[in-house]
Amino acid sequence: MSERKFLVSPGPHLWGGLSVSKIMYLVVLALMFPTGAGIYFFGYRAISVIGVSVGTCLLTEYVCKKIRGQPFIMDWSAVVTGVLLGLILPPTIPLWMVAIGAMFAIGIVKEAFGGLGHNIFNPALGARAFMSASFSVPMTTWVKPMGFAADAVTSATPLSGVSNWQQFDPSAYQAMFFGNTAGSLGETSALLILIGGILLLARGIINWRIPAIYIGVVALMSLALGQDPVFHILAGGLMLGAFFMATDYVTSPLTNRGKIIFSVALGVLTVMIRQFGGMPEGVCYSILFMNAFTPLIDRFTKVRPYGLVKRVESAG
Amino acid sequence: MNILGIRLKKKGTPYGVKVPENKLTAKKQIERAPLPEKAILPLHQNIGAPCEAVVKRGDKVLTGQKIGDSDKFVNAPVHATISGEISGTTMVVNPPTAQLVEALIVTSDGADEWIKLEPPKNPEDLSVKEILARVRDAGLVGLGGAAFPTHVKLSPPKDTKIDTVILNGCECEPYITSDHRVMLEYGEKVLSGLNIINKVLSPDNIYIAIEDNKEDAIDYMEELIVAMGLKDNFKIVPLKSKYPMGAEKILTKMILGREVPIGGLPLHVGVVVHNVSTAKAIHDAVVEGKPFVERVVTVTGAVKNPKNLLVRFGTPLRSLIDYCGGIEGNANEVVLGGPMMGFSQFDFDFPVIKGTNGIIIKESIPINEQDCISCSKCIEVCPMYLMPTLLARYAKAGRYDECKGAYIDDCFECGACAYACPANIPLVQYIKVAKRELAKRAVKK
Ligand code: SF4
Ligand code: SF4
Repeated sequence: MSERKFLVSPGPHLWGGLSVSKIMYLVVLALMFPTGAGIYFFGYRAISVIGVSVGTCLLTEYVCKKIRGQPFIMDWSAVVTGVLLGLILPPTIPLWMVAIGAMFAIGIVKEAFGGLGHNIFNPALGARAFMSASFSVPMTTWVKPMGFAADAVTSATPLSGVSNWQQFDPSAYQAMFFGNTAGSLGETSALLILIGGILLLARGIINWRIPAIYIGVVALMSLALGQDPVFHILAGGLMLGAFFMATDYVTSPLTNRGKIIFSVALGVLTVMIRQFGGMPEGVCYSILFMNAFTPLIDRFTKVRPYGLVKRVESAG
Repeated sequence: MNILGIRLKKKGTPYGVKVPENKLTAKKQIERAPLPEKAILPLHQNIGAPCEAVVKRGDKVLTGQKIGDSDKFVNAPVHATISGEISGTTMVVNPPTAQLVEALIVTSDGADEWIKLEPPKNPEDLSVKEILARVRDAGLVGLGGAAFPTHVKLSPPKDTKIDTVILNGCECEPYITSDHRVMLEYGEKVLSGLNIINKVLSPDNIYIAIEDNKEDAIDYMEELIVAMGLKDNFKIVPLKSKYPMGAEKILTKMILGREVPIGGLPLHVGVVVHNVSTAKAIHDAVVEGKPFVERVVTVTGAVKNPKNLLVRFGTPLRSLIDYCGGIEGNANEVVLGGPMMGFSQFDFDFPVIKGTNGIIIKESIPINEQDCISCSKCIEVCPMYLMPTLLARYAKAGRYDECKGAYIDDCFECGACAYACPANIPLVQYIKVAKRELAKRAVKK
């Protein structure tokens, strides 16, 4: 008993073991479902875009950490950003643009703000907005799913004709649900996004309030505007955004009340941008916009503590 | 089974954490630990005032003889736990307070000769005053962890009406099974003690709260209530097992829906919570006239034979660990109390004291603190509805006033937040530091 070295540590003396890197790893696993759909529908293009994106993200993170003299921890968060960025890009995007986007995501949106936990905007979405501004044509060129066939045929996405909002055309739903339609690599198959999302919900990684309320509000808003709610839900990255990007811990509010405000606002903004902004893609900008409001929401949505009889001192 | 509606509907809360229970000793009968050759008896074993020694070096003492006492109300006297001679004093560090306290050493004469016990002729006839005097004289403190003198808890201020007594048999800390075994093996004494509490406080309702990982104890208590013919205000509330279900304030909220005001006690909302082992000790003190010299301690984790032991206070940890076959594997930490709220102890000559419900031997967990990723897990689990991430953030930055504004006083350091935190941030430690700083400032003012 005496040769042993004994430690004295503060309580609690147990830890749940669900670490940051485990969480990020599970998110990557869940993202493999929409990634699989992307590969199925867009073949080699999907593999190369996502590959370049993930590779550049990891490399950029490594370099940033070295420059700042911090250890590089393989916590999978750069992989999450890489896969997400790949999934929200058009299949035909030139790979060098993907690399620039990925560097921007990690180097500017994430690390320049202090790294994981300190960034204000979702890195993948920040990069996408940056790429849309810089490379507007390739960022809006869409092709029909071609699988591993060589030829890509340009096509409109279901969203690119804004007039389609009122279509109420159930024949389009099926293709959109399974993903057999033009669009970003990983945004077309609602089904596989849902499977990945449910996996995260089941493991308690994401909070159901954000996707449920976000998608619900989009449906209600579109109904109120006399548009097709199913179409609104299936089109244009709402599913991927609601399950995988609006739920990003760092850039969404802390409390349940905050999350509810955040997701209601997201739903309203998305439909508004789609309707009045002249931009078919409302999800990306709504989430970025609400990311900016997250600190403010956090300030005003503190939890009421147990046993608070009257507010004696003001909080914060 | 549900006899006569004694058992109420199961209750639970969305807060708290599910921890691996590791109740290795749940089925192990209580064994008597060997009496120590030397008993080390700190004179300060309750949350109130310390005792003064009433014996001196060289005095012969009998088991159960008072050796330390105080004239303060919030205090519990200390008794010799073996017979022998007062052979000296020593200083020990009491981990919860990190304070040095004086301890008397009794060297055993091997006889374990008791003082003459004076049980009342007819316990039924005792007045409330007599009961309280016996409880105090026996040196009883709350055995759930806080070591609050029991007679004080049984004497609410005159203008406070206690309408509910909760008997706490939750034992929500992992590993520990002492209360569980006490319920199973001394069930009648527990309920007899509870009946005494009933007489003293005359509440409208009495709830026996037990987590559903102790079905056998729930069944047994139910049978006993019928068999002993206890009044029909005795009810059993099964609770879904979760940590920290057994904290007083959580029980008050869950069972009655009442929140104890910040900084207050359950009695401020008409509730008194007593632990099952305390109830048993109340029976021993009042009905059998026995001073408080021993308790059940679970010795478990990485020892050869984990056990539930009936231990005389003052027995050094070392001898109990040895009695259980010694430490195994790579264990490098000894925790007194439960693994969530207990304290590491490095000095194995430290004795079992009144507040010690378990000795857990385990491997220490690594702490690799990362930056907070705002995942809100700590907020989701905090049973006091606090925002631990903010408390830690303010504490780290030395912004202690903001900690206060974020209701840091409400935190009872249960550790659920730190258990759940993926970034492995020692949230409780930051909170403790901030509390200490705030306390220092309060003293200066
Ligand atoms: S903040 Fe305090 S009360 Fe809340 S979970 Fe953490 S330790 Fe427990
Ligand atoms: S659990 Fe840890 S990482 Fe998550 S919000 Fe709380 S402090 Fe931050």
